[in-house]
Amino acid sequence: MARYLAGRITGLVLILFLVCLFTYLIFFKLSPDPALMICGKTCTPERVTQIRTVLGIDKPFLTQFWDFLSGLFAGRDYGSGTNLVHCPAPCLGYSFQTNQSVWQMVLDRLPVTATLAIGAATLWLLAGITMGLLSAVKEGTWWDRSAMNLALGGASIPNYVLALALQYVLVVKLQILPFPSSVAFTDAPWLWFQSYLMPWIVLATGAACLYARLTRANVIDTLAENFFRTARSKGLAPVLTMRRHALRPALTPIVTIFGMDFAALLGGALITETVFGLNGIGKMAADSIAKNDQPVIMAVTLLAAFFVVVGNVVVDLVYTALDPRVRIR
Amino acid sequence: MRGQGPMSEDPMSAAASGPDVTSELLVVENLTVTLPTTRGPVAVVKDVSFTVGRNETVGIVGESGSGKSMTSLAIMGLLPRGALTTGSVRLDGVELLGLGDREMRRIRGAQASMIFQDPLSSLNPYYTVGLQIEEMYRAHLGGSRKEARKVAVEALERVGIPEPERRTGHYPHQFSGGQRQRIMIAMALVCSPGLLIADEPTTALDVTVQAQILRLLADLQRQTRTGMVFITHDLAVISSIATRVLVMCRGEQVEYGTAEQVFSAPEHAYTRRLLESIPRITDDLSADEVVL
Amino acid sequence: MTDVLLSARDLTKRFTTRGTFGRKSEFTAVDGVSFAVHRGETLAVVGESGSGKSTSARIVAKLMEPSAGTLEFEDEDVTHATGAQLARYRADVQVVFQDPFSSLNPRHTVERILMAPLDYQGIAPSGGRRAYTGELMERVGLNPDHAQRYPAQFSGGQAQRIGIARALAVNPKLVICDEAVSALDVSVQAQVLELLLRLQRESGFSYIFIAHDLAVVRRIAHRVAVMSGGKIVEQGPRGQVFDDPRHPYTRTLLAAVPRINPEWDRRRRAATA
Repeated sequence: MARYLAGRITGLVLILFLVCLFTYLIFFKLSPDPALMICGKTCTPERVTQIRTVLGIDKPFLTQFWDFLSGLFAGRDYGSGTNLVHCPAPCLGYSFQTNQSVWQMVLDRLPVTATLAIGAATLWLLAGITMGLLSAVKEGTWWDRSAMNLALGGASIPNYVLALALQYVLVVKLQILPFPSSVAFTDAPWLWFQSYLMPWIVLATGAACLYARLTRANVIDTLAENFFRTARSKGLAPVLTMRRHALRPALTPIVTIFGMDFAALLGGALITETVFGLNGIGKMAADSIAKNDQPVIMAVTLLAAFFVVVGNVVVDLVYTALDPRVRIR
Repeated sequence: MRGQGPMSEDPMSAAASGPDVTSELLVVENLTVTLPTTRGPVAVVKDVSFTVGRNETVGIVGESGSGKSMTSLAIMGLLPRGALTTGSVRLDGVELLGLGDREMRRIRGAQASMIFQDPLSSLNPYYTVGLQIEEMYRAHLGGSRKEARKVAVEALERVGIPEPERRTGHYPHQFSGGQRQRIMIAMALVCSPGLLIADEPTTALDVTVQAQILRLLADLQRQTRTGMVFITHDLAVISSIATRVLVMCRGEQVEYGTAEQVFSAPEHAYTRRLLESIPRITDDLSADEVVL
Repeated sequence: MTDVLLSARDLTKRFTTRGTFGRKSEFTAVDGVSFAVHRGETLAVVGESGSGKSTSARIVAKLMEPSAGTLEFEDEDVTHATGAQLARYRADVQVVFQDPFSSLNPRHTVERILMAPLDYQGIAPSGGRRAYTGELMERVGLNPDHAQRYPAQFSGGQAQRIGIARALAVNPKLVICDEAVSALDVSVQAQVLELLLRLQRESGFSYIFIAHDLAVVRRIAHRVAVMSGGKIVEQGPRGQVFDDPRHPYTRTLLAAVPRINPEWDRRRRAATA
């Protein structure tokens, strides 16, 4: 077990390193000179050179990359003498646009994205699994057919269409909900909840529909399993039969997919955050890309990669705990 | 465990008496099963009648598609959705056809239980074998988890699983094929049912393991006086275990009689053909077979 | 008997498996197995699951490389055969599998399935495709009019006949039957066994017959090799292995085979005679 974990963590670090390397390489090669961007309109060649030295982008690629990596773990200094700025670890640099610490920006926005992800995930798990389960039990009936058609439709609606449609109907037309605003839960819990409700629904809809179809297929397969027939032949109470001999086997594989989906969501919901004006990681990514804010782009890329890779390992471990066939040999 | 089911008696006196053919445990009369298909309803079991006495083994034999498994599922009320059953199935004088879900659940496991062909897929891979035996015991006879665990250990011991105490905590995939079938048998008998339906219980097993399982079933039957319906495609297996034999072909009952009658003087041409077609291990080899 | 067609010497196959948490373990499926198949004879390899009989068959069929040992076919070392030599070997040695449906392409007609081995080798049959297919189908007891049908339109026994016909299409010298009749109902099984015996009488090829059913093996084999735990524990002429088994494992195996009450059997035969 310890050896297995060590192996997985080594792999994880290696993948993150490669993601760093390639992302850095792309920006090094492709993006316009950041010094020119920072320098602005009234720019002299001397000033450009000075900025380059301060940022450390006058050095060769590998040196720059090493500075970036060591900054992540040990912090780094920009400039020298009186202009010295110390960036403590984990140092992701400073935004070219706002001059803020990128790490601080991430810390500020992560709670918004996390709230979004946790709420949406809860919603889609509840809705998707309930819908799929009902459909499986009532397989072939009118309910099953309409639910599955609805699920197919729901999964095909693009998020921005759904987001705009919901805003138009709920906020503008019916005025049931206020326009989403960034309030803290502690200040106004009800408003906070109302603000997040629409983004949650938008994010959850597609996944819920997918999970409904997945749950339905898994449960139907499980109901046809020999061990389910055995459970029925044992004369167990229906609730117990369903819980132990249908749900547990049918839902275990869904854990894998859920872990991956959730991890991906933590990397930021670009469209939904932008449409609803939520200041999360996704919006930060969208803004930084639009303005070519290299350190921020680097940070959001790394962050997304980190969540996906770590999510992968967590899913594997959870699955090992859930399925005795994998656990014990 | 003894003395709790309706059928259990003192094992010593049971061992002394042979199969009680006269005392009827299960009476199946004119059983017909119709399944809905895309091409309309199809009768998969047609007008089948047979009787199982206490402590008796009745073999149902037939090739694939003969309706033998459907017959057993009809007795247990486990037919696929939409299946239509007519005729009569009486267990201990109680008519099973037309019983409600709740009543049928009380019979399944407690008065009639079943074992299947593939023991690995017939056990739930996510739960320990101990729990799977316990849940059945508690569903019918109640009691605490602790009591049930004790019963499960005893049940495993009875079917010859070594270290039963430790093994109750193991999962199905940690046992061999023969042991898994032993576990299925232990589970099926944990509530001391009067009737055990065995649907091809040894087909997936190696011959040496098959021989052990057949011996175990015979031993347990002698101890518990359980009536058994043994379903198989293998005539040689039936010959060694059944007192009465029902031969099925395409849903129809082509022959029914004592094992001796069916094997020594088969009436129906199908039975004769079946008996002639099986290769033997002991016969003289006839002239058309390979010669060196 | 006649000369040796195929001989296997000290065939060994080891598998390395990796556990969930990366533990490596080695497992020897076939452990120093040697046997010879003569022209026109049937060598049956019997054993229980995990005995190594199927792995041995796969090595001989060259679907798998042995970890050690040699395989000779017609006095030629074919253990590591490649290219033209392998192609020739593949034509001479054909395999019939247990499940006819999964080993026949469901989207191909019988004609296409039967012609595939020839097409693959670029041989055009002299009398034309239709006539060739028809003749093959007749040989295995199928209606030649059904040449344009698909595997799913046949019963299990008929599908296995198609599998046998495909093996015969290139006039093989050796046919490996890997549990070829195990999945069939007894009455169908008897017919397919008859067919296998008749084809051998007509064409004189050899069989390696892999099976777990001793009664079936007794019906078809000239010589029998009994496998257990990756090793051949006993090998000899059929009469000897069945009537005078030397190894305790063979005796256990034979004793475990269920039998119809011989007294009942005798009475039935007396009545029908």
